Amino acid sequence: MMLSQYVPVLFIIGLGIFFAVFAVVASRLLGPRRINPAKASPYECGMITLGPTHQAIPIKYYIIAMLFLVFDLEVVFLYPWAVIFRTLGVFGFVEMMIFIFILLVGFIYIWKKGALEWE
Amino acid sequence: MELVYFLIETIVKVGLVFGVLMGCVAYLTLAERKILGRIQVRYGPNRVWPFGLGQPIADGIKAFFKEDVIPAKADKPLFVIAPMISITAAISLFAVIPFGGVIEFFGREVSLVIAKLDIGLLYVFAIASLGEYGVVLGGWSSYNKYGLMGALRAAAQMISYELALALSVMGVLMIAGTLNLVEIVQQQAGWHWNAFYHFQFFPFIFYLICGLAEINRTPFDMPEAEAELACGFNIEYSSMKFALFFMAEYAHLVAVCAIATTLFLGGWDGPFNLPPYLSWIWFVAKTGILVYFFIWQRGTFPRLRYDQIMRFGWKFLLPLTLANIFGTGLYMVLTG
Repeated sequence: MMLSQYVPVLFIIGLGIFFAVFAVVASRLLGPRRINPAKASPYECGMITLGPTHQAIPIKYYIIAMLFLVFDLEVVFLYPWAVIFRTLGVFGFVEMMIFIFILLVGFIYIWKKGALEWE
Repeated sequence: MELVYFLIETIVKVGLVFGVLMGCVAYLTLAERKILGRIQVRYGPNRVWPFGLGQPIADGIKAFFKEDVIPAKADKPLFVIAPMISITAAISLFAVIPFGGVIEFFGREVSLVIAKLDIGLLYVFAIASLGEYGVVLGGWSSYNKYGLMGALRAAAQMISYELALALSVMGVLMIAGTLNLVEIVQQQAGWHWNAFYHFQFFPFIFYLICGLAEINRTPFDMPEAEAELACGFNIEYSSMKFALFFMAEYAHLVAVCAIATTLFLGGWDGPFNLPPYLSWIWFVAKTGILVYFFIWQRGTFPRLRYDQIMRFGWKFLLPLTLANIFGTGLYMVLTG
């Protein structure tokens, strides 16, 4: 019975997928197909792309992704805590503040280390 | 019989929300061009029908009949799937947003929301994060340097602001004690809007800023940055696939505004009580004002530099939203 509340969600996701597929297939069928090598080459304002496109990605993006994982986990822990905040009272409040404080120490560390700098 | 009624109700509601959403998205493109035009002292589209009202329809037909170019070096399956992910995620967001109260319909109680999920807000964040895949995969699979850079920037920017976004609504959650969006709205009935009643005004502002960054709109439109990246992640897209990205962006914009209305501005609660079957008017009005605000931003602010955006997200919004959790907690502990 509890799962039945998810049925409408499936309906709208299904409708979304159907619409997406319909739009792509319809434009494929309706549109002209006159492809040539120049048209199929990467768009770069008339220039020919130099070197490989998928090359090494700046390390900055990896660092941001790693930091995101850490802090997003924190957010995941905060959600159930926030929902039952009233029942937990002062005890829950102090506990979570200690938890956030520990993460804050790490945050200040990466800040001082310069992981958040983009030059 | 109950099952049949339930299915009919669901199909009608899903169809209604989908239709209204698509209409909104179509005319939002026109509204944005009109408003931006007026801000820049020009007319905006006014050739197709009076006031350019046929423009969205003309654009749609054109998108269907354009050639669908897939670059030779593109990763074809991902290239095709990426815009589909974007639009499906954007449409699915509306499953849990309540747009009105409970109405009586042929002796049957119908609440004006597609699904009254207990995990409403979690669902919203989960699906909204899925939408990021569309942008990132689209940019990556088109094998274009501009596209790849747009996708990388989009990925880093969206996950950075997703943190602050998720943290900015924490105060509302602590006050409401539930993730169910319908209950959150019901608790705000009678002017107890979270944005003004429980000192949640600053989180509301943080939410709007993060929302702007999440849907990549000016001043945070780094993934698309016309001046440097030509068109960013959707540079290689044409025809209906491009239109799907475009529609996803606008649907996402409406979703961000609708969720802001639900969480902070009391949803369908209004200055004076309308009968339940008209309560959606308040919801639409508030969402419309926020959407206008988002378009206004685009006409007002220049684009920020990428390092400024990342610095602002990590060093300013993140600590402040954490401070808000502390402040809200203290306020609730002290006042009981």
